[in-house]
Amino acid sequence: MLSFIIRRIGQSVLVLLITGLIAFSMFRFVGDPIDNMLGQERTLEDVERLRAQLGLDQPFPVQYFKFLENAAQGNFGVSYRQGRPVAEILLERAPATLELAIVSGLLAVAFGIALGVFTAIRRNGVAANVIMATSLIGVSLPTFLIGILLIYLFSVELGWLPSFGRGDTVALGGWWTTGFLTESGLKALVLPAITLGLYQMTLIMRLVRSEMLEVLRQDYIRFARARGLKERTVNFRHALKNTMVPVVTVIGLQLGAIIAFAIITETVFQWPGVGLLFINAIQFVDIPVMAAYLMLISVMFVGINLIVDILYVFIDPRLRVDRAGGH
Amino acid sequence: MMTDTLLDIEDLSVTFPTRRGPFIAVRDATLNLSPGEIHGLVGESGAGKSTIGAAIMGLLEGAGHISGGTVHFRGDAISGRDRAAMRALRGKKISMIFQDPLTSLNPLFTVGAQLVETITEHLDLTEAQARDRARDLLDRVGIPDPDTRLDQYPHQFSGGMRQRVVIALALCSEPDVIIADEPTTALDVSIQKQILDLIRSLVDERQVGVILITHDMGVIAETTDSVTVMYMGEVVEHGATAQVLGHPEHEYTRSLIAAVPRPDRKVERFPQISYGGRETRFAVEELAKDWPETPAPDGPLVEARGLEKRFLAKGAILPGMRQYFTAVDDVSFDIRPGEVFGLVGESGSGKSTIARMIAGLYPLDGGEVLFDGQRVSGADTATLTSFRRQIQMIFQDPFSSLNPRHRVDRIVAEPALHLGVIPEAEVADRVRDLLEKVGLGADAAVKYPHEFSGGQRQRISIARALATQPRFLICDEPTSALDVSIQAQILNMLKDLQEHLGLTMLFISHDLPVVRQMCDRVGVLKDGRLVELQDTETLFAAPEDPYTQELLRLMPKTDLLSTEGLAEL
Repeated sequence: MLSFIIRRIGQSVLVLLITGLIAFSMFRFVGDPIDNMLGQERTLEDVERLRAQLGLDQPFPVQYFKFLENAAQGNFGVSYRQGRPVAEILLERAPATLELAIVSGLLAVAFGIALGVFTAIRRNGVAANVIMATSLIGVSLPTFLIGILLIYLFSVELGWLPSFGRGDTVALGGWWTTGFLTESGLKALVLPAITLGLYQMTLIMRLVRSEMLEVLRQDYIRFARARGLKERTVNFRHALKNTMVPVVTVIGLQLGAIIAFAIITETVFQWPGVGLLFINAIQFVDIPVMAAYLMLISVMFVGINLIVDILYVFIDPRLRVDRAGGH
Repeated sequence: MMTDTLLDIEDLSVTFPTRRGPFIAVRDATLNLSPGEIHGLVGESGAGKSTIGAAIMGLLEGAGHISGGTVHFRGDAISGRDRAAMRALRGKKISMIFQDPLTSLNPLFTVGAQLVETITEHLDLTEAQARDRARDLLDRVGIPDPDTRLDQYPHQFSGGMRQRVVIALALCSEPDVIIADEPTTALDVSIQKQILDLIRSLVDERQVGVILITHDMGVIAETTDSVTVMYMGEVVEHGATAQVLGHPEHEYTRSLIAAVPRPDRKVERFPQISYGGRETRFAVEELAKDWPETPAPDGPLVEARGLEKRFLAKGAILPGMRQYFTAVDDVSFDIRPGEVFGLVGESGSGKSTIARMIAGLYPLDGGEVLFDGQRVSGADTATLTSFRRQIQMIFQDPFSSLNPRHRVDRIVAEPALHLGVIPEAEVADRVRDLLEKVGLGADAAVKYPHEFSGGQRQRISIARALATQPRFLICDEPTSALDVSIQAQILNMLKDLQEHLGLTMLFISHDLPVVRQMCDRVGVLKDGRLVELQDTETLFAAPEDPYTQELLRLMPKTDLLSTEGLAEL
């Protein structure tokens, strides 16, 4: 098991090096930053000086290594547009995105699993069929459209919830700001969280349903019934745990996707998170911000997947190395 | 008499509604079970024997329901009870054991947890008391070191041990009736013997009644007291085992018994089950007309020398720390032209691995394979192509060895086309011709595999193997997934191929009676090593190796079976 984890960590590092290379190559190939940073009235000396100052005159591998070294220390350079360190800007924006992602992730997982189990157990019931049909809407409608529809209904027509922004926030500790503690903050969270989580929820629900139906056909479920166990025990103890084995992987990937998809939701609701920051960075070709965002997302994806792999070992005893048994 | 009966099934009918109208899986079945009795329920697939078991338990799948007749347990009607009442009975008074111990246990829970939850469900015990009882149960079904075993997961048990756990689970609340649905079909003969002995001792000690559902006449003959024979949902004959098997009265029973391969005598051909008109023709003589003549080599056709195969058992980053499992260890044998060479052994003995090594599907870790005097292992592409044309395989599972998304014509033509044996223009005709000759009819070409039964699929596999006009055929357990009557047909076909086309065969099986009928010489494998190699008749008459002797001793005896219709060689 130790060698398994070491191998997975090795693979994760490889993935990060490759995304790092992609992020870094943006500096080289997406326009010349010098052009962006210095105005029209520049001298050749200015250009050379800045080039040397930024290390752009060094060979490619040296620059790449330097970039990795800085990135590992959380130093992504200075935003071309705002003139502040990128890490500082990201850190300022991260709490908004993370709070949104956590809430919609929890919504998606909780409702997704509950509805999935319900529709699997009552697979011929009216309610289950209505839920399945409705879930198609969640899968097929694009996120921005759902967001706009929700804004139209709850903000414009009913006027219950705010249509944009994060509401009032409270500072916690040095840099974290939270919207969980104010009424307007919580209200502002509702629509974006639903918009962001709806697709993941329907996906998880449909996956849980089909996995559970598969598991319910297994011999050990028949045998559990033949032993006279209660339906509840059979469904929630025996079937559910086996259902979760493949579902955990997908949930892990989807949590990563929630953070990545936040771009669209944040744009629709003008949510002051890293996604909105990224969109603005693209508009202004603010490459350090784009590169840092790319790295941040890949670190999260890789990290979540690593956690999922380790979780697997806890769920499924067959993956634990154990020489005590045998024949 | 009535009070003495545990289970009294009268005129039971079970119906499954389908889109094409109701399907009656069981029709007017009657069966009685007394305490201390093992009652065999025998028949081929689709006979409705498992359906009876599920109907008794109230576990019919989908919309299946009891559409007629009654089931009484100790005088009380249990058919027609609601779900809660049936659940209270299940596991407590009537228990069930399923066929495959690998899939009967939940892989994510320890054996102890599964035992304890079952015990506390039925008996008024605390967790600690239930655990004590669980330990006693494991001990009683013959699992050594039950204290440690309780905290282990199912994958840490071998197949036989898992089936013992399943039996322990069935015994949790001292049931009166146990329904065992093919309890030993997935097990090796040595384990089968142990499990059947265990069931017998439970019956004798505790006077439970057992309904033993099986397709295996040997198991019926050796274990049961009385037997009910089913065919197409109906009971055709029942009575004391010795009476029914020794002097079958119904024509179906007679033909079924005649089709059982015997370990104690060799027959020229298997009698086909003629009941129900299921005979299919095999035009082997026509096939022989345009079969290419190849001069027989002076020496052996296939030579395996010092074969060795290792599999990675435990991976590690450093090569030095990896652990290997030796699946095949220094195995050598020759296969003479025109003979059927058998390899027998229990699961894990390496017999399928050897087949794949000879076919070139696995690279060799040691040794070499010679075909017609030429080295095949590590040969150049031209030699390999010619070799592959001359050697074909028939696999065990006819359900997974045919691509379900391809039509039969494509399946049959594929190897021949790939190896360039048949010009593309003639392929369609050749395929139809082959399908015609193996008894499927030319129309089969445009169908998909799922439209065929197991036996028919195995014919498709044979047609596919014959398409390249091979000299050497590797049959890896070709009939172990088939019913005995279908098995007889397929084995007869293989005998015909050998006789009329002069094909040489490597025949791999775990089933000793089948091996005796099919093979000229037999090699016995144990843990990857060849322990004995003998002429078949000598091996069965006077086995030398202790392991071979043990295997032969454990075979279910078929002395009880009527020998009517068997022409002795």
